[in-house]
Amino acid sequence: MADKLSIIVVEPDRDRALMIVDSLQEAGDNDIHVISEVSSIGRRISELSPDVVIVDLTSPTRDMIEELTLATSPLDRPVAMFVDRSDDSLTKAAIEAGMSAYVVDDLRPERLRPIVSAAITRFNMFRRMRDELAETKRALEERKIIDRAKGILMKARGIDEDEAYALLRKTAMDGGKKIPEVAAALVTAADLLS
Amino acid sequence: MTPTRLSVAFIPLTDAAPLIAAEEMGFAREEDLTLDLVRAPSWSSLRDLLAFGHVEAAHLLSPVPVAMALGIGGVASEISALMVLSLNGTVVGVSSALADRLRGTGHSFAFNDAAAAGDALVAASGEQLRIGVPFPFSMHAELLYYWLTASGLQAPQRLTIRTVPPPLMADALSAGEIDAFCVGEPWGSKAVEGGMGALLLPGRAIWSSAPEKVLAVRSEWAEQNGDLTGRLMRAVWKAGRWLGAGGAQTTAAEMLSRSEYLDLAPDIIDRALTGRLVINARGETRDCSGFIEYHAGAASFPWRSQAAWIATQMAGRLGLERAAAMDAARAVFRTDLYRHHLADVGAILPGASEKIEGGIADGLAVAAENGRLILSENTFFNGQVFDPRSEK
Repeated sequence: MADKLSIIVVEPDRDRALMIVDSLQEAGDNDIHVISEVSSIGRRISELSPDVVIVDLTSPTRDMIEELTLATSPLDRPVAMFVDRSDDSLTKAAIEAGMSAYVVDDLRPERLRPIVSAAITRFNMFRRMRDELAETKRALEERKIIDRAKGILMKARGIDEDEAYALLRKTAMDGGKKIPEVAAALVTAADLLS
Repeated sequence: MTPTRLSVAFIPLTDAAPLIAAEEMGFAREEDLTLDLVRAPSWSSLRDLLAFGHVEAAHLLSPVPVAMALGIGGVASEISALMVLSLNGTVVGVSSALADRLRGTGHSFAFNDAAAAGDALVAASGEQLRIGVPFPFSMHAELLYYWLTASGLQAPQRLTIRTVPPPLMADALSAGEIDAFCVGEPWGSKAVEGGMGALLLPGRAIWSSAPEKVLAVRSEWAEQNGDLTGRLMRAVWKAGRWLGAGGAQTTAAEMLSRSEYLDLAPDIIDRALTGRLVINARGETRDCSGFIEYHAGAASFPWRSQAAWIATQMAGRLGLERAAAMDAARAVFRTDLYRHHLADVGAILPGASEKIEGGIADGLAVAAENGRLILSENTFFNGQVFDPRSEK
């Protein structure tokens, strides 16, 4: 077995960092460090001189890592984004998952692949969780607005809740709109008039 | 017929205005296009989105496609700069502590004298001056190296230029990781609002005609989609003309301030657009005409000499062969596509594709294929002139 790879995970959120580390450990016996303090990231990475750096694509700290791709002294280890050399499917999968990895230039693709695949799987899970959370929030917001709109109608027209909802639904269908849109318009109008 | 959708990535900055205005003011629609504007979290992400085809076009730092052509940086890919989106538009600022030291030495914060500001900064900084910029390949970094090296500060012995994403610039200053910064507006004004520093100079005081951002696409995409490339360029060119015409500032500031774009108060964005900047927490202001230029003097023409200047700076610093670097860079700034696609809308087409950079104090009339072209002020702070033909 070849020497262990040294991997750095850049992730300020502790729980997320632990989950990524777990996945990477399943992918092989490697040395894994987590950097959570972003302001010193460039210096820390230089000190640890890793083989692979894994970072969230949406993190602005990525630009600090980019600096390391400039090998300014002969002793520096040139760093490239793995996507530059690996096969396209892996690249696309990583970008879609919202992840990027930087690797030293001499790392063999077959050693890299399991690590990157494991990280991609984990980032995909994060993304799904985030999408689900956003969806839940949106649904809650809509529910609140519809409730307010029903309240306004019940008060203004002296109808009960079911009738108020039926009226919203009919108005939406007649106008080719969604119920939350009609409700939001009604709430805005009522706010303006009150 | 439904318009063709193009996704275009941008970073929330005042100089993303031509792309935002192209969509919002109907210029894209005139070309039967809808621009899906994608706000990117960082320059490296934006570059990857473009290089790997997740977006068709992007708002890009002018040195990035040059660096990619020279094979420097994380990703090598063939990117074309179709046109320049804006000239200038950046500011240099210092921490409050450094501002106090500068004031102590009698510096006036005059905002138009980069030579004096450079001397004062060199005198007031200690053993090492550490400056934050948004990205290693940026006009910010190039201007700082150019200005401070010429002012007598040697890099890397006494000058360190470090990448700090603008949202983290305040933290880096208060943690003492950097002493100064150079960023695109509105980040400089935002730093002043937050009381974390004072503005020392506008970028244009170092080079008054510096190409700041370009409209970039994959070269292969431009080849395969000639018609779309032309429509996109025309829409963005018209937006630049609208922004540059004067009278658009208030509308533009309101538009950029929206949550899906810059998500900041319009009065902060307005400062760069009107050229009236608040330079410190005490509310002192400085006027800077031509703080950012979107249109006048063929501002959007991607002069090959601009690319060559960027290449010589990078080559000098990184030890690359200069002539080869300049040639590779020239090919990235697509004067050919500009001429081909923008002749019909009335863009002024210069007679040459390269010019001497620097040395124009007032306007200079030059040959053009059509119309009348007066080049705007183009000077380096130290009076240097860059003639791409004699640099070999």
